[in-house]
Amino acid sequence: MYHENCSPVSSILEIRDVCCALGGRPILRHINLTVEEGETVVLLGRSGSGKTTLLKTVNGLVPVSSGEIRFEGRAAGQWDAVAMRRRMGYVIQDAGLFPHWTVEANIGLVPRLEKWEPARVAARVEALFETVGLPPAEFRHRYPRQLSGGQRQRVGIARALGADPPLLLFDEPFASLDPITRYELQRQFLDLRHTVRKTALFVTHDVREALLLGSRIALLDDGALELVATPGEFLAAKTPQARAFLATLEDSGRPN
Amino acid sequence: MNPDLGAEIVSLSLQHLRLVGITIAIAAALALPGAVLLARRPGGRRWVLGFTNIAQTVPSLALFGFLLPFIGIGEHTAILALTLYALLPILRNTLTGILGVDAAVRESAMAMGMTPRQILWQVELPLAVPSIVAGLRIATVTTIGTATIAAFIGAGGLGVFLVRGIAMMDKQALLAGALPAAAMALIADEGLEWIERKLSPA
Repeated sequence: MYHENCSPVSSILEIRDVCCALGGRPILRHINLTVEEGETVVLLGRSGSGKTTLLKTVNGLVPVSSGEIRFEGRAAGQWDAVAMRRRMGYVIQDAGLFPHWTVEANIGLVPRLEKWEPARVAARVEALFETVGLPPAEFRHRYPRQLSGGQRQRVGIARALGADPPLLLFDEPFASLDPITRYELQRQFLDLRHTVRKTALFVTHDVREALLLGSRIALLDDGALELVATPGEFLAAKTPQARAFLATLEDSGRPN
Repeated sequence: MNPDLGAEIVSLSLQHLRLVGITIAIAAALALPGAVLLARRPGGRRWVLGFTNIAQTVPSLALFGFLLPFIGIGEHTAILALTLYALLPILRNTLTGILGVDAAVRESAMAMGMTPRQILWQVELPLAVPSIVAGLRIATVTTIGTATIAAFIGAGGLGVFLVRGIAMMDKQALLAGALPAAAMALIADEGLEWIERKLSPA
């Protein structure tokens, strides 16, 4: 056994024996999960399985009851929470864009918080418009309420990429989109992974999305990790939750 | 209308405005930071809102009466009482505005690495502006009306005409007090509503 602090490869994120209880109710039970640079780990689970809570323990929105989270080789306790969060992009279901700011201002949020030069912020925002496939001239001065759901989510992703954070956290970002828009954004997410090579932790309850986007799938059931597997392994998995999720794939699309 | 009456209307109106202005300034100076503090403390919220609620329910003439033995007759008593009334609408509206900010917006602000101070000044307060101005508007309009009672404890203002009009059954005096007060309230209402619209986030 190696000494705790000299693991040979430094993973970007290590979740070690994390438990979390809210109001006396256990939400997470002894979670162990390591995320390596460049991979997308999907947290898959039913509603109430603890996947969103697990995501929020990573950026400290939810405190852990026991266990440890290490980001970029440092324990969460050694990080200044604000500095740490600026190195983790965060995208949630309804984007959470600031309604009183233009799209441009929203996308430039983290670079501005990080006190970049205005010219550098402007160039970065311009580049991010391209990255998420929105024409800047058309969208720069719009407000979030003037966007469609899919456009808002693109802006949300651009904002999360703002200061080029090493880790991206996604909390069911596409769940409220119509299936066609969702598929477009999923494809774009895959392209993005090739171009910007980001590490991501991605929460979803959609097994198709998990299989499409994940380099690995971490399956949660009632606050515990049931299985961590590549999509290929997952398709052959025999654990109860995995089978339950896979069953939804078999049934759908069958003609009546 | 004789010129003396005209001059008196102007001077009492100015006095009235002064009472209202000082009252709203003090009430806002207390209620705005108060609401910001209370927004983070659900426990304290109940107590403070309860107190301001009770203050609100005491009839204004009675409140003046209660305060008289302690701080005597005059403008400061009137301002204290009027301030107590003006606190609630400003406090409650500011709180509502801050607490009404979409949870997803607040959560993503925190998750993107904004400090609590940045969240307050760049997100919560700007989004609460319409509600804050609405509170100021309600407080101002009610204070303009309530301030007429201040004349009963020698604080002056347009209520002087009302006191005189009631005592002497003088319709002209009543109108000389009521009309400018009503006009003042309408103008304040319209003006603040305009500001509210102007400051509303897009």
